[in-house]
Amino acid sequence: MSAGRTGHAGRAGDAQPVLEVQDLRVELDTPRGTASIVNGLSYSVAPGETVAVVGESGSGKSVSVMALLGLLPAHARVGGRALFRGRDLLAMGEPELRQVRGDGIGMVFQDPMTSLNPVLTVGRQITEGLLAHGRVAGGRQARERAAQLLADVGLPDPRAALGRFPHELSGGMRQRVVIAIALSGDPALLIADEATTALDVTVQAQILELVDGLRAEHGTGVVWITHDLGVVAGTADRVLVLYGGRCVEDGGVDDVFERPAHPYTQGLLGALPQLHDGPGGRRSELVAIAGAPPPPTDLPPGCVFHPRCPVRGDERCALEQPPLVPVALGARPDGTAVPHRAATFHDTAPGTGGAGS
Amino acid sequence: MTGFALRRTLQSVVVLLGVSVAVFALVHLVDGDPVRLALGTRFDQATYDALRERSGLDQPLAVQYAQWISSAVTGDLGVSFRSGDPVTVLILERLPATLSLAGASILVALLIALPLGTVSALRPRSLLDGLGTVVSQVGISVPEFWMGIMLILLFAGTLGWFPASGYVPLSEDPAGWARSLVLPAVTTGLVSGSVLTRFTRSSVLEALGAEHVRTARAKGLGPRAVLNWHVLRNALLPLVTVTGVQLAYLLSGVVVVEIVFAWPGLGQLALQAVQARDYPVLQGAVLLFAFVFLLLNLVVDLLYTKLDPRISA
Amino acid sequence: MSAAGTAAGSAAGAAGAVRVRPPRGRFTSALRLLLSSPRTLFALVVVVGVVLLALLDEQVAPTGYNEVDVAQRLLAPGADHWFGTDDLGRDVLSRVVLGAAVSLQVGAVAVGFSLVCGVTAGLLAGYYGRWLDTVLMRLMDVLFAFPAMLLAIAVIAVLGPGTTNAMIAIGLTYTPVFARVTRAAVLGVKESVYVRASRSVGASDARLLLRHVLPNAAPPIIVQTSVSLAFAVLAEAALSFVGLGTQPPAPSWGRMLSEGRGHLEDAWWMAVFPGLAIVLLVLAFNLLGDGLRDVLDPQQRSALEAARSRSRRARRRGGRS
Repeated sequence: MSAGRTGHAGRAGDAQPVLEVQDLRVELDTPRGTASIVNGLSYSVAPGETVAVVGESGSGKSVSVMALLGLLPAHARVGGRALFRGRDLLAMGEPELRQVRGDGIGMVFQDPMTSLNPVLTVGRQITEGLLAHGRVAGGRQARERAAQLLADVGLPDPRAALGRFPHELSGGMRQRVVIAIALSGDPALLIADEATTALDVTVQAQILELVDGLRAEHGTGVVWITHDLGVVAGTADRVLVLYGGRCVEDGGVDDVFERPAHPYTQGLLGALPQLHDGPGGRRSELVAIAGAPPPPTDLPPGCVFHPRCPVRGDERCALEQPPLVPVALGARPDGTAVPHRAATFHDTAPGTGGAGS
Repeated sequence: MTGFALRRTLQSVVVLLGVSVAVFALVHLVDGDPVRLALGTRFDQATYDALRERSGLDQPLAVQYAQWISSAVTGDLGVSFRSGDPVTVLILERLPATLSLAGASILVALLIALPLGTVSALRPRSLLDGLGTVVSQVGISVPEFWMGIMLILLFAGTLGWFPASGYVPLSEDPAGWARSLVLPAVTTGLVSGSVLTRFTRSSVLEALGAEHVRTARAKGLGPRAVLNWHVLRNALLPLVTVTGVQLAYLLSGVVVVEIVFAWPGLGQLALQAVQARDYPVLQGAVLLFAFVFLLLNLVVDLLYTKLDPRISA
Repeated sequence: MSAAGTAAGSAAGAAGAVRVRPPRGRFTSALRLLLSSPRTLFALVVVVGVVLLALLDEQVAPTGYNEVDVAQRLLAPGADHWFGTDDLGRDVLSRVVLGAAVSLQVGAVAVGFSLVCGVTAGLLAGYYGRWLDTVLMRLMDVLFAFPAMLLAIAVIAVLGPGTTNAMIAIGLTYTPVFARVTRAAVLGVKESVYVRASRSVGASDARLLLRHVLPNAAPPIIVQTSVSLAFAVLAEAALSFVGLGTQPPAPSWGRMLSEGRGHLEDAWWMAVFPGLAIVLLVLAFNLLGDGLRDVLDPQQRSALEAARSRSRRARRRGGRS
């Protein structure tokens, strides 16, 4: 699948990014106190680029994208900046945001069983978005466009599907409908929030291929939220590893996979058997990461990962948050440089097997 | 779908048959001799025999039941012990008053419940929500007849805005009909409205939390479109069922309210039949009530399969 | 995260207290949760208060329920008669107090009747299934097809008016509700691991039903009992109001209302106070039912605990600063 990633233009670093997130912070008041769910996340997405945001559940990855579109509960406090085509989404009012939702930015959610309204037809659920953004002149044209969209996402007999209800379609077909809805506004950015998690493996592969093809064709920037490293390896150009609401490591997907610098990333990769034959013999060190992520209401001081960290080689680990610093310069297939960064006090020399010794 | 409809209808018919046996047994088995009860202590043998024969009570029970139920199917529910009028006629006379009251009550109930329940759910823990919760909680705890008396005390007595009791037929005086309806309809409407408010609130709250609402917002729909099509549309589906059940209850369960307002409806008829030991009328009225109750429940269930695409598959 | 349950209240718990629950019995913790809600507390106070009134009846009532004094008739509420007097000169307060016993008695007996009949039917139908299930539940459907008030009236029409018959009539009306609730609960636990395990080691049916199935089906039944008590009190009042329940001169709230109805113009208190008494008791049973549901329903329960821990945390925070 990764072969498909080269078939488009506009990947070069000098293109203006579609999305530029700077120091994103999200706090939520919960019954157990204030939860710091996202703590200073920064990344950017170029046109036609796929950025994977990886983390365990509870790492803040879903919240970080919901915050962009103002889809969090009203009492969530969101800070930082998120420039979409140069305009700050976080500073927008609700009416402005509504223009962006479903038009400039399309979103695909995790569970196609629940993310479609069970009592409205598929056609209705596609056309209402088209009509709300004034992309079509009227009902008839909206249905034409909706049928076209369903054909684009590979739904057999799209015209008949317009009159169907979600429960009459299979999970994979439903997810295609959700993708069609997300694409209905020709978005510059597509956010897929665990979009394949609820599907079987074969359907997963089809959906990944579909999105990747659409990205290549339209030059759409894609943010792919997932906990599944297999998905990342197959589709992403760049990867961000999230832990405790912070980016602990980012870089080109090959760099990060082959030379993970952060103990957490190493642990994640260690839990993924087939990717194990890289140099350095990591396999023996971290088979799975013991423990669970810290609750966002009770983040530990120092490095968020240190309570679970098998290394903890530095006394600063428990005291201060390590900054995200470059570990190496990776090279992209087209020759541009992608910084590979990690937030750890640990010896970050890549390729040495980092962790342990 | 048709299989379900058929099964559901059949089930209702079976239950209705059971109901008819129960109604019949209630009068004939427990008490033995309805005629003796109807006549009281002072009667002569000739009157007794005449009434017994006229009512077919000298036949074996099974025969009596067969006769009663087969004529009931054709709309003949027998003859009143007291007035000698056909029970069906007595019931039909009372129907307009009962229908007016039930219809107006459900209207009042929905007018209260839909806005109050929806707004409470949209602003949980707000002042209005708190108020709505308290009011509906008290509303379901108030005896309807007491509510009626209090409304009479205030609006008929002190303020004198509406008549305290009595029913004016629509055909005679539409304005008077409406005025006579206000207090009884508000009485039962407030109580039913409390039940429906609680239901609307929880139903809308549940719909608001559904993930497809997030999808709808992510599409860029405005708040009104999200509310109407992705929240209310889903939340109000189950409300159809509950409203149907409330209507069934209003058509058959407002006996005491009819007494308070001297409302010449079916409930009053049934109660008068009890007091006069007029068993054919009581039997007929109870059977009709149960029939209406079952019918409405059936209709609501079948309607629901039409409204909810998930079931009609 | 401190997983230990012993750190309750210690300052160290503040940082890591995720779910600190003292290792007490299920019952005590449920009771404490129940009492933590002001609404439920109010309901319990009212119910206990009314029960006390009913038990003490003549010792707390200012006068006997039937002390007629025509010279004192239709007196407005005042220092001597807080709730006024009725058309026969009887003290309304005394009759309201004494009526509590009637209401509670009818309610308790009627609900006890439906509880025993309904739970038995539900247990048998749910546990044994097959034809027994079909027969019992169709029977319940038939009972359920009658509008409640009408069924009660019809039963009384046959049995004759009176307190005892009112109890039977009301009890019969709510039997199907208990049967359905019980049956659903039994079906839920019947196939659970522990019931299957007990069956596999040869426990008798009776033992299984009483020791394993019933206790686990109990929460919804308990909730239903409280709600049904509310209905029963309402139904008794309604029946007495139309003259089919408690007979004069016994003091019944419903009866008093129907007497008060004739004096709306000259003695509003005759209708107002008994009505308020009904509302208060019914409201208390309803709120108690809601509170029980919150505590016994695990989902609701965790929400409640979360709310409580929030207030505890707030208190602690306030104390420190």
